[in-house]
Amino acid sequence: MRFLNQAIDFEPLDGHAAPTFAARAGVGEWLAFCAAIREAKRRLVALWGSDERDRGEGGEGGEGGDRENPPGFALHAAFDLTEGLACLTLPLAAENPAFPDIAPIFPAANRMQRAVMDTIGAMPEGDGDRRPWLRHANWPASYRPLRGDAGDARFETRNEDYPFVRVEGDGVHEIAVGPIHAGIIEPGHFRFSVTGESVLRLEQRLGWKHKGIERRFSGMGLSDGARLAGRVSGDSTVAYAWAYCQAAEAVAAAAPPPRALWLRALLLERERVINHLGDLGYLGNDVALPFGLTQFMRLKEDWVRLNARLFGHRLLMDCVVPGGVAVDLDDDGRRAVAAQCDALEGELRVLKGIYDEHAGLQDRFLSTGRITPQLAETLGVIGLAGRASGQRWDLRCNHPCAPYDHLRARMCVERNGDVAARALVRFAEIKESLNLVRGILRETPAGEIRREVRSEADRRGFGWIEGWRGDILVALETGGNGRIRRCHCHDPSWQNWPALEHAIIDNIVPDFPLINKSFNLSYAGPDL
Amino acid sequence: MNFYAFLAQLIEFVTALLLAPLFVGWVGQCRAWLQNRSAPPLLQTYYTLHKLFHKDVLLAHNASPLFRAAPYAIFACMALASAIVPTLSTTLILAPAADAVAFVGLFALARVFIALAAMDVGTAFGSLGSRREMLIGFLAEPALLMIFFTTSLISHSTSLSSIVGTLARTDFVIYPSLAFAGTAFVMVALAENARVPIDNPTTHLELTMIHEAMILEYSGRHLALIEWASALKLFAYSCLGIALFVPLGISATASPLALLTAAGFMLAKLAACGFGLALIETLSAKMRIFRAPEFLGTAFLLAVLAMLVHLLLGAGP
Repeated sequence: MRFLNQAIDFEPLDGHAAPTFAARAGVGEWLAFCAAIREAKRRLVALWGSDERDRGEGGEGGEGGDRENPPGFALHAAFDLTEGLACLTLPLAAENPAFPDIAPIFPAANRMQRAVMDTIGAMPEGDGDRRPWLRHANWPASYRPLRGDAGDARFETRNEDYPFVRVEGDGVHEIAVGPIHAGIIEPGHFRFSVTGESVLRLEQRLGWKHKGIERRFSGMGLSDGARLAGRVSGDSTVAYAWAYCQAAEAVAAAAPPPRALWLRALLLERERVINHLGDLGYLGNDVALPFGLTQFMRLKEDWVRLNARLFGHRLLMDCVVPGGVAVDLDDDGRRAVAAQCDALEGELRVLKGIYDEHAGLQDRFLSTGRITPQLAETLGVIGLAGRASGQRWDLRCNHPCAPYDHLRARMCVERNGDVAARALVRFAEIKESLNLVRGILRETPAGEIRREVRSEADRRGFGWIEGWRGDILVALETGGNGRIRRCHCHDPSWQNWPALEHAIIDNIVPDFPLINKSFNLSYAGPDL
Repeated sequence: MNFYAFLAQLIEFVTALLLAPLFVGWVGQCRAWLQNRSAPPLLQTYYTLHKLFHKDVLLAHNASPLFRAAPYAIFACMALASAIVPTLSTTLILAPAADAVAFVGLFALARVFIALAAMDVGTAFGSLGSRREMLIGFLAEPALLMIFFTTSLISHSTSLSSIVGTLARTDFVIYPSLAFAGTAFVMVALAENARVPIDNPTTHLELTMIHEAMILEYSGRHLALIEWASALKLFAYSCLGIALFVPLGISATASPLALLTAAGFMLAKLAACGFGLALIETLSAKMRIFRAPEFLGTAFLLAVLAMLVHLLLGAGP
């Protein structure tokens, strides 16, 4: 199959929940395809690298001359097409691997390319940004953790000199914040260049939560991998586990039973509601309205407690497993979930009224941290933050997998792109999720909830799920022994962190925490 | 008489030192109730102070003697300020030592010390906080002075004792000017004590802090002194507000019985005042820092209006 009039023959992959295609490309086709994607206003989902040097037969396809070269590395990119997910692979040389810089086409690719550089050792060509991203001075530049021959090593922590972009001018000074903050919050370093209180530029330095998860995946069995995937980002454990399970089920060519899919959707929507409730509370707290925090936290606590009672885990970890789900819902549980939806809907109406009517809160929310739809499109902002800036990306609507093809989720979109818009999208999505949960409770078919999944050797699978922040992609590859060879988990925060740097421009310094909270991006998810 | 005045002064001073942390605890209690939270213990501020006094002081390598001296200077300013506010009796030994203008000056002195100390270590947050604190301070002080001038016009004196004495002992007269001055005073008090809607004393977001940003580098007994001084400041403001605008029950003499009655009245009024503060803080969100000039400008305007009303209507003796 060919897409966008490009000379790349994609092969449809079987057993995926959403239509998925894969192909290999040479450098020229790679660049042309990226440009065509941009032209068609589609988007880059993820970019990652892999070490293929131990592959016996690899290296065919692409541009000529590969046959005499030994198999080297590979760069993979996933794109969101109207037809589905397209994964393109660019073979790279074994010695001094380099790839064309696509950051000028997709700004969000900058950090992903730098992560490839840090983990695999393949360099972007040209005068692109080559500063390390995930690698701090905690491991030497010569150590590439995702190379097959990297080995386990321990290194001394050292100080590093990271070249931040300097803003020069009269009265400009820098404020360095983090990674250690005044409160117990996630580590991120933010370098503000300000004049007085007004922010001229913000530069982020993330990667303080590196845990070696992607390296840990290698050699794991399929079911162990699900547990690890569920721990990539604790607040999105259902979304990650589901995406991983989609990939694992594609690898094993084993579709889960229908009831399991409906229950997964129930868990995913509950996860979405819980996170949105927490965020709305914290948004209130950040404008010194702790009343909002207590009320929303109370509601959130009710939901996580019911999770613990019905599914055995407050955050729903390990509920979604390859082949189905590990938990079932009986009539009693169904009634409890339905009652909770009704209770929340009433309370939410009151609280939304309070937020809407509170002059002080609205004064802080409105026009703060604005990302215009044009800017959002240029930067490729996705997920919740994208929808608050008019970007219509929601997998539940664009590429609905079962059971969303039955449920017909409504996409919640705002155009203002400020903190207020991001709060409104959260309110609207909670409401929509409540409707979805009710639909699921009504229509969930009876039957088994889990099937045996047996791993197959040398297979690829992709999982793609709309978590509460945005779409999560899991690309899974098994080796000759049927165990995981490479598993890449992509968090939507990769795309949205750079947008935060733009959102703060021309705002004042004390508004940053509020703007940051309105995005609420993951520090751990893009730092595996 | 002199002995009683000395006694009254001593009792007032000790009461302020001991009750100020309790008052902060009481405000926290009310805030928690209003927000449907379970409250920290009423005595939490004492526990915190106790803990801090037993901790080691951690100093930055480049901290100058000023950084070390500032907590003591600030504490001394606040202790003196709370000693000259007539809370129980208007017969005070220290009353002639400092009048209302000097009272404002004491706060200004403390502000200068804390702002200099914050910049001393050279962290970004220290200077950020100092800058914001000075912005608030230079807007709040004139408003506070105007409020005092209005009350001075009524009593023909700038001495706090005679102002309160006059207001407490004249027959029941409604001063319209005091309504304006009182509103302005509440606004200034909120800003000066780093409360919502100007600052948020409970935040952990260092980029939004004003007062807290300045004391981020302090630890141990230094921090304890500054926390205690903040409590004293809030206590002094509350007592002053009560004394000026609700002077009911303050004793003119310094006899033990009168002091006891006055203490009863004071506790009741402080409790109500703390609840009122918690109510304001719960209902309002923190405003953007550049709204603070508007807020304090309004306070100043109200204070000026109070003075004009007094001059135009010519009420009072």
